[in-house]
Amino acid sequence: MLLNYDVVIIGGGPAGMAAAIAAHDSGAKTLILERDVRLGGILNQCIHQGFGLHYFGEEMTGTEYAERFRREVHKRDIDVMLEAMVLSLGEARIVTALSPERGLVKVKAGAVVLAMGCRERTAGAIALPGTRPAGIYTAGMAQKMCNIDGYLVGREVVILGSGDIGLIMARRMTTEGAKVKLVLELMPYSSGLKRNIVQCLDDYGIPIKYSHTITRVVGNPRITGIYYAPVGEDRRPILSEEKFVSCDALLLSVGLIPENDLLGGLGVEMSSVTNGACVDENRMTSLKGVFSCGNVLHVHDLVDNVSREAEIAGRAAASYAKGDLKSGEGVCVCAKDGVRYALPQRLTKGEGKVKIFFRVDGVYKGAKLVAECEGRQIFAKKFAVLAPGEMGDIEIDKAGVDGDIVVRLQR
Amino acid sequence: MNTICIMCPMGCPLNIERVGDEIKVTGNTCKRGEIYGKAEFTHPVRVVTTLVKLSDGSVASCKSCLPVPKERVADVVEGIGKLTLPADVRIGDIFKVGVKSLDVDIAITGTPASA
Repeated sequence: MLLNYDVVIIGGGPAGMAAAIAAHDSGAKTLILERDVRLGGILNQCIHQGFGLHYFGEEMTGTEYAERFRREVHKRDIDVMLEAMVLSLGEARIVTALSPERGLVKVKAGAVVLAMGCRERTAGAIALPGTRPAGIYTAGMAQKMCNIDGYLVGREVVILGSGDIGLIMARRMTTEGAKVKLVLELMPYSSGLKRNIVQCLDDYGIPIKYSHTITRVVGNPRITGIYYAPVGEDRRPILSEEKFVSCDALLLSVGLIPENDLLGGLGVEMSSVTNGACVDENRMTSLKGVFSCGNVLHVHDLVDNVSREAEIAGRAAASYAKGDLKSGEGVCVCAKDGVRYALPQRLTKGEGKVKIFFRVDGVYKGAKLVAECEGRQIFAKKFAVLAPGEMGDIEIDKAGVDGDIVVRLQR
Repeated sequence: MNTICIMCPMGCPLNIERVGDEIKVTGNTCKRGEIYGKAEFTHPVRVVTTLVKLSDGSVASCKSCLPVPKERVADVVEGIGKLTLPADVRIGDIFKVGVKSLDVDIAITGTPASA
């Protein structure tokens, strides 16, 4: 069976839903392929507040944010295939998926939007030292088990890493009666949002030790504790200062990996910094007609930004499918001097304003962010503070762009 | 009282004290920090988010419709823990929670996948 759609969206989380709505509203016949039993993605397990302040102008939970978008999708003539696992993205944009209801499905897409989100780094991914007893979970896994399945994964908890999901889970487990004994962060600063440090740790008196890491996991068959130590400037643990803390669960909140496995072998230009595709301002990858948005493109800290980015991709995908998407001479956008990455990585020369998103590589106070084109400054702004945990954005006018752009910090 | 301002990524360390009739915030670098510091000192409040049992044994997520006093968060969680709601609750449904000397409503924010 070969189906035909103008726009096929892989993934029905916040990015996929917003992209689908935008594509549909631009006149495209649109299909969402989602592997879970419902739309919403990871938002379905985010029962905490803090979503939607920028997009909807009100604060809501992740589940409510998902529901708003789900309703918008269902109001429209957008086809949704649930429990559909996409197996491959082939030549000429043929998407192959497996669905329990419809079997093996092949879909010919005018344009494809990648919206698969990301997965968590695991104990293996960070080469966690020690044995592998039961009781070690990624923070998101513990969150799913708690909030969706109703299981508490431990009573005495240690959390490694201070990513937002880990901080949220520190509060969540405490609310459910567990004792969160310690949060360890390898870096001298948190990778999570400040308000999560205050409202998830400080509110409950949960200690966080910066520049500390786990040196050993012990216990068999279940985890009984961990050894931890401060790290030196080289980020290696100082073993002479090793200490022990008992626990029956260890949560890992040590970073996210965009889930780009489908792109293997397609020769799509990837960024080694974001682990996502390199895109232009329409969020089109180097593979014509294939767009990328949300956490599969780069990890966001606010879902509101995911929705906005996905709308760009969805609209552009619809234009591409109709043959209306303008292409032109492009320039590169590079990051330097304290800026870890800038996105989009390519811009088409022309008119209009365009937003460039960026992350810095450390905590900078009173730093000036500049964008230069052929050595000429086209944007400058002083920021009171820039931190790796918070994505920033600048707006530049394309009219002044006639060569490659460098985004960097000026000290 | 010492806390960290959460109004922006700057994270100014705040010290908040009562000086005579006035509440004095120091350590902030802008007006928003002063407002935040005063609120945290006089009446800190939080929206409670947790799970509530349903009659079929599954769980739904819920939140307090209004922020509750920070020191009563645990009481509200306990009150929600005593509820068993109908299995057919929908997102946006509102229920009363019995919490001593507090009038708390919760709204359903998420339902099980099968609903």
